[in-house]
Amino acid sequence: MTVFSSTPSNSTNTLSARTDAPFVIAGKTYTSRLLVGTGKYASIELTSEAIRASGAQIVTLAIQRTASKAPEGQALLDCFPESEFTLLPNTAGCYTAEDAVRVARLGRELLDGHPLLKLEVLGDQKTLFPDVIQTLKAAKILVDEGFQIMVYTSDDPIVARQLCDLGCVAIMPLAAPIGSGLGIQNRYNIEFIMESVDVPVIVDAGVGTASDAVLAMELGIDAILMNTALAEAQDPVRMAVAMKHGVIAGRQAYLAGRMPRRRYASASSPIPEFI
Amino acid sequence: MITDKLPTLAQEMCSIHLNGQSTRFKKGSSISDVITAQELQGRRIAVEVNGEIIPKSLHDAHQLKANDRVEIVTAVGGG
Repeated sequence: MTVFSSTPSNSTNTLSARTDAPFVIAGKTYTSRLLVGTGKYASIELTSEAIRASGAQIVTLAIQRTASKAPEGQALLDCFPESEFTLLPNTAGCYTAEDAVRVARLGRELLDGHPLLKLEVLGDQKTLFPDVIQTLKAAKILVDEGFQIMVYTSDDPIVARQLCDLGCVAIMPLAAPIGSGLGIQNRYNIEFIMESVDVPVIVDAGVGTASDAVLAMELGIDAILMNTALAEAQDPVRMAVAMKHGVIAGRQAYLAGRMPRRRYASASSPIPEFI
Repeated sequence: MITDKLPTLAQEMCSIHLNGQSTRFKKGSSISDVITAQELQGRRIAVEVNGEIIPKSLHDAHQLKANDRVEIVTAVGGG
């Protein structure tokens, strides 16, 4: 009887009532644990549709020179108004702390004093791995200037701890190279990082498909940031829906706690003593 | 008419480096003038002159000098 009474029609409500710790970045609470980028889509319309389908509340964008008389920047900001989304400008394409600080300041001016920033300082064009020395240097300067920094970094737990100590508001290790879609290649390092820092840990880069998102969230990370997995899917809108559910599934599975692994079978039906 | 004006025009123009490209503007142009000439008025942008950010509130007042390096940036898609 207890089996049947625990499956009411409002099981979804029962599930959400089992509380999860809120996902908080720089004092603001979010219900979605999926963050998305706005790059690489075939059109602004597709960007908008896919991102809205993903349910993401935080969207990244890049800061670039205006192409003369081109309205792209305006279109992007019109498409993702700050009343609806938290904008996360990044320092993409910067290879030195100096350049990253410069772009960060421009982004803050562009967005009228907006302090939230995705800091990334890259070390190499082939791997797009972060240069952690330059990243630490830039983080120090920008934290002192009042930026709230979500920092893209390597999967090194020592560096993660140092970035956290500097005052970064989220640590965002890669799970595989940016745009590679290789999935979670460093689960033990990601777990070390979760144990090393007391701010949200967000896997940034590496996720290729929904099962990768589930696996990442099952580790207990706070959220995932992705771009290429949606933009380069055959159908970005459908993949956005898949990722939304993958992130939720992985989070719920983490909270639920999986069954133990056994080498041998364990019957699901009661074993009758006699027939 | 044209011959009358040409020397005056030449005198009144100066070059600035706008987003890395040499561009000619009337001497004494403000940042707002450059923004208007680029048809970027009303758009969300940020402006840097010789490495220093010039806040929006100063775009009208800030006059550009010859050889100023002016960067105008906006938001584009990125991850």
